[in-house]
Amino acid sequence: MNKRFTRGVVALVAAVSLLATACGSDEAAVGSGDCDSVDSVSLQLQWVTQAQFAGYFAAVDRGIYNDYCLDVTVLEGGVDIVPQQQLASGAVDFAISWVPKALVNVEQGEPLKIVAQVFQRSGTLQVSWADSGIGSDPANLAGKKVGTWGWGNEFELIAGLRKAGVTDPDNIDELIGQSFDMMALLSGEIDAAQAMTYNEYAQVLEAMNPATGELYKASDLSVIDWNDQGTAMLQDAIWANSDKLASDDNYRDITTRFVEASLQGWAHCRDNADDCVDIVLNNGSALGESHQAWQMNEINRLIWPSPGGVGMMDQDLWDQTISVSTDTGLLAGEPDGAWTNEFAEAANENMKKNGRSTTGSGWQPKQITLNEGGM
Amino acid sequence: MTKRKAFRTAFTVLVTLVLLVLLWEGYKWMGQQTDDHWPGTQFGLPVSTNDLTMPHSGDIFNELTEEIRAGRETLPLTVYLAKKAAFTFLEAAIGFSLGVIVGLMLAIFMLRWRFAERGFLPWINVSQTVPLIALAPIVVTWARLQGYPDMVGISLIATYLTFFPVAVSGLRGLQSPDSSDIELMHSYAASWSSTLIKLRLPAARPFLFPAFKLAATLSVVGAIVGEISIGTKTGLGRAILDFSMRYAVWPERLYSSVIAASLLGLFVFGLVNAAEWLVIKRGREVLK
Repeated sequence: MNKRFTRGVVALVAAVSLLATACGSDEAAVGSGDCDSVDSVSLQLQWVTQAQFAGYFAAVDRGIYNDYCLDVTVLEGGVDIVPQQQLASGAVDFAISWVPKALVNVEQGEPLKIVAQVFQRSGTLQVSWADSGIGSDPANLAGKKVGTWGWGNEFELIAGLRKAGVTDPDNIDELIGQSFDMMALLSGEIDAAQAMTYNEYAQVLEAMNPATGELYKASDLSVIDWNDQGTAMLQDAIWANSDKLASDDNYRDITTRFVEASLQGWAHCRDNADDCVDIVLNNGSALGESHQAWQMNEINRLIWPSPGGVGMMDQDLWDQTISVSTDTGLLAGEPDGAWTNEFAEAANENMKKNGRSTTGSGWQPKQITLNEGGM
Repeated sequence: MTKRKAFRTAFTVLVTLVLLVLLWEGYKWMGQQTDDHWPGTQFGLPVSTNDLTMPHSGDIFNELTEEIRAGRETLPLTVYLAKKAAFTFLEAAIGFSLGVIVGLMLAIFMLRWRFAERGFLPWINVSQTVPLIALAPIVVTWARLQGYPDMVGISLIATYLTFFPVAVSGLRGLQSPDSSDIELMHSYAASWSSTLIKLRLPAARPFLFPAFKLAATLSVVGAIVGEISIGTKTGLGRAILDFSMRYAVWPERLYSSVIAASLLGLFVFGLVNAAEWLVIKRGREVLK
């Protein structure tokens, strides 16, 4: 191709794109999709594509981020990816992380701040067989083989055991390292396994019971729910870079829009759970349709109702998270300035103006039937 | 390769496969009879033989034809895994190519300057003792800060594994010509670089190709490990990670993805073999 021609094409493309930008309205209304410019941002998830992150995928696929002039790249997690470290290093713009794990980094001086506390309760359970007699009381774990994933997932369990008076380590047979499947419980290696309501618990119900030739039933299982035991800790929150929030007005503006659009994504999944299951599957989850439907329902349970408004920090649960963290030696004390409600508050205001429920007080969980293997 | 030899190879592969399946099923059958003990003893078997730990080989095979939802489409598991393998192959190929370039450059550098050999070789050895689990977050953070997609970071992990055998064997190969041959080149007043191209590199081929074969399989390992540690939307490593979480309910799928990974390893090994045949064996026939 001749050089002059190439230059001509480049000039033409540039002129057209300039014209297109110039035609956009000068006063872009937030959330209207009327954009002077689009900001590219990245969001680091903790794990692979699954309904745990449906709100963010929905905000991408249903154009909510676009309406807020954001072009969001959602990055899946991996075995060696620590979301809050990706955020602190500047490799990503926002990250999803459980609160206590990232607070450890905050205590070490990393610039991290919660800008939306999405999950209002903990999804961690300790699951045992109904005939084991453990039931829903952690005191019964004394003398049993108790599984945990470790890696910072054990603190609710340890605090719960202490609170129930199982303080002497000799009373617990062993805290046993457990992998992220339910093999150890199914094969009887351990008596009580750590499980998320939205993942591992469902896996047991998707497995065949060799004794009956049918799937295991919820009545075959007992659960200890840390929300009931008063040792639950805050989980999935949206984290931002606190240095940039303080110094970079553009980043603050992006954060305002990102939080509002993300919370809208979660409201979409509350009101259109089936659509969000489909979105998660479209994004390549290999975990099966009924499993994702179950997970979506359980995730909605962790978010809704949000009595103080979606994304708002629940002061009581924050205090409880801090006291469990300091009692178990995870943290030395309460880190200063690790969270703010200002972005979630603004988002709630705007959502209310648009007639959208921000507390989800009327939301009802569904009845989900799991199929073998989560199909 | 003659037709007869090809037939014999195919036959051996087939017989080995049948033997492996028989061994698997035989062990499983025995364990089921004796409740996972060596017959007539109280000694437990090293691997439990239940359907979760050791699904029937037939079930694994059947699983390959089952349909799985992959994003917006539904595919047979074989096709699903092939697509994932294609992506991993691409990462491995990039990693392998970069690894070969870096390895060869290091080998030539160490050949040219003796002090470089003394200074570098120990560090090249040390490099392979750094666990990938420590390397992965550093590589991915670096790549993201440069604005590269995560695939680049994964390919670099594959490079990290592949450059090593190429550098070490390459150096030995380049040093392999007899001193008489080198003196002959000197007597022609051949420059260092033409000695390298006309004598040393051709002489290094028998050393390089075994290294390439090792590097090729390592590049697949590196790509899969990279995918598991960094996290990508696709790739065999992702399939293995997904299915390992479902192991308790669907062990056949994890086995299928592991089989796919080994087939990919065999495939790249075969590619290097073919390249070797083209470069060395056929080259010899042309000379005759």
